[in-house]
Amino acid sequence: MAGSVVPALACPLPIATNTHVVLGHGSGGRLSAELMRDIFLPAFGNAALDRLDDQAILEMGSGRIAFSTDSFVVKPLFFPGGNIGELAIYGTINDLAVGGAEPKYLSASFILEEGLPLELLARIVTAMSAAAKRAGVSIVTGDTKVVERGSGDQVFINTSGIGCVPQGLQLSASLVRPGDHILLSGPLGDHGITILSQREGLEVDGDLKSDAAPLYSLAQAVLRAAPNARCMRDLTRGGLSSALNEIAGSARVGMEIDERKIPVREAVRGACELFGLDPLYVANEGKLIAVVPAEEAGATLAAMRSNEAGADATDIGVATENHVGLVTMRTALGTMRVVDMLAGDQLPRIC
Amino acid sequence: MKYIDEYRDEKVAKNLISKLNTIAKHPWVLMEVCGGQTHTLMRYGIDEMLPAKMEMVHGPGCPVCVTPLETIDKAVALAERPEVILVSYGDMLRVPGSATDLLHVKARGADVRMVYSPLESLKIARENPTREVVFFGIGFETTAPANAAAAWQAQRLGIRNFSLLASHVLVPPAVSLLLSSPENRVQGLIAPGHVCAIVGVSQYEALSKQFKVPIVVGGFEPVDLLEAIVMLAAQLEEGRAEVENQYSRSVAAEGNIRAQQLVAEVFEVCDQKWRGLGLVPESGLKMREAFRAQDAEAKFDLHDIAVDEPAECISSEILRGMKRPTDCPAFGIKCSPESPMGAPMVSAEGACAAYYHYRRHEAADLVSIGGR
Repeated sequence: MAGSVVPALACPLPIATNTHVVLGHGSGGRLSAELMRDIFLPAFGNAALDRLDDQAILEMGSGRIAFSTDSFVVKPLFFPGGNIGELAIYGTINDLAVGGAEPKYLSASFILEEGLPLELLARIVTAMSAAAKRAGVSIVTGDTKVVERGSGDQVFINTSGIGCVPQGLQLSASLVRPGDHILLSGPLGDHGITILSQREGLEVDGDLKSDAAPLYSLAQAVLRAAPNARCMRDLTRGGLSSALNEIAGSARVGMEIDERKIPVREAVRGACELFGLDPLYVANEGKLIAVVPAEEAGATLAAMRSNEAGADATDIGVATENHVGLVTMRTALGTMRVVDMLAGDQLPRIC
Repeated sequence: MKYIDEYRDEKVAKNLISKLNTIAKHPWVLMEVCGGQTHTLMRYGIDEMLPAKMEMVHGPGCPVCVTPLETIDKAVALAERPEVILVSYGDMLRVPGSATDLLHVKARGADVRMVYSPLESLKIARENPTREVVFFGIGFETTAPANAAAAWQAQRLGIRNFSLLASHVLVPPAVSLLLSSPENRVQGLIAPGHVCAIVGVSQYEALSKQFKVPIVVGGFEPVDLLEAIVMLAAQLEEGRAEVENQYSRSVAAEGNIRAQQLVAEVFEVCDQKWRGLGLVPESGLKMREAFRAQDAEAKFDLHDIAVDEPAECISSEILRGMKRPTDCPAFGIKCSPESPMGAPMVSAEGACAAYYHYRRHEAADLVSIGGR
């Protein structure tokens, strides 16, 4: 199993098992990866895209820029802790930030459904404007399309962003080596469980809200403390599990984490027990992991904790030469188990 | 978290293991019947902690897995009708029938919806009076009361556009089949706690007497299972064969009487086909004549089609506890949760899926050190 590599198909068709798009293709798990491998990469593949990082790093004239794009289809549009507009800003700038880039400019495209109250659109746009100010980026271009009633769901937003990458900075999952430490910026699952609770009408104890937040300042704090940082990932769809599995696959290392060191709020744990979900797979909108060399881990953790977005950061495990390509976890009982990549969806339309 | 953490406590677990080491003098083969228990064993690596002489084999207790292909095909056929809204538990939507699954039918335009409770489908029926709402309700004795309640309520409230496609299986007849097999190796059983919370423990007392096998009604957290294993080892070493209740915080001896009455009012016992095991006499529930109007089988013209499992699949031996998932040549190669060949790979609670999700590192470590 460990060494097996599924050969990429030479042409975009056919997909052996799925003949139509299913919701799981948007989950950030294995089905998403298959879509990438079987449809998009054969058609679009190039050196920048093939790295499959959260952002593309491109040579432009004398400098380098990071470029990323993301679409937002979350339902409900407004939820405790945020709304689709804030997600549309933070989602894209976080993809840039974990590449070590300083986010500068965004585009914003709207697909609006006929009948959408303009007041609702205005509230979303106001939230986007405030989020962009907070993150220090400008929205410099955009587009609007309107589709017939029934052809969309109120509003879908796409944002693309560019940022500057400092000279000499090299971050890539492929740089991770056995012995490196995995640092997590805070508790898992707040966003995904907030959305699910809203959709299912579940009253969650306490003040659970989405963790939607910009991560640029935290990412910079990591890079200042860890000059040899290997890579960072923001933990959106697919959660911690997808991020770790992608790194394990890309770096050809194993990843070992410790269940007892992974923070999860009581309200999130309770809701996960109730719905039969695993917090490791639940989406976040303001969390990242940083993989750094062992000798830089202590200072980096301290730096993360002194940043607002990383106040509850923990050192959750290490990369290892064992079980290459797999993520394992030491359980609460002290035994080991695999943390598999999710095949399809745990939750529908969360971002 | 209260009521959870104390059942996942390393110290408590290790104490139970050392107790087991003291008690168990002989090798014993135990079966956990329920897929939820298999899932916990694998997820927490409890079989890793057990002394080598205690062998756990995994039972047939994953209702999603043992739902016959024909029944899934019926649900797919219903979902494909334009007038039908097919409603089910999330887990059922991924389960492949002979040609496709409900998620793919949904992707091609069918109205398939996921709910957490069958009673939500009554609400959907009221909101869509011109459509036919069918709840695809499966499960052991645990889910039968809620499914029965949906049919019962629909009848009482006169909701005419609701019906139930039911496929219920009963644990004791399947356990009886396993224990009476000449190939049986199982010497002690962990009975499914949530099933017993509904039906009580009397059926298991009959099984224990008939087969002279100790049975402990067990919970689903790691400490629950370890306690149940210790209790079984004690019985076996002392030569006892009784029913004991480890899961007393949820299970009363008589079960849930109101739930039993509701199930008896809506359903009657029938012969039932199990995916992987075949036809087991008196091991299922079908809707009574009085609920014909709520019975999707009667309401729609649904034909049985016979479908065979792939020959390579050893699921019947796995469901009977004779082989382990890793004994199967297709495991993890031709057969995975994304494209399952047989019942135990289908649902997260199936034995093969539990091994696939949680235990592949053992095989990987063997490969990476150039092992067997």
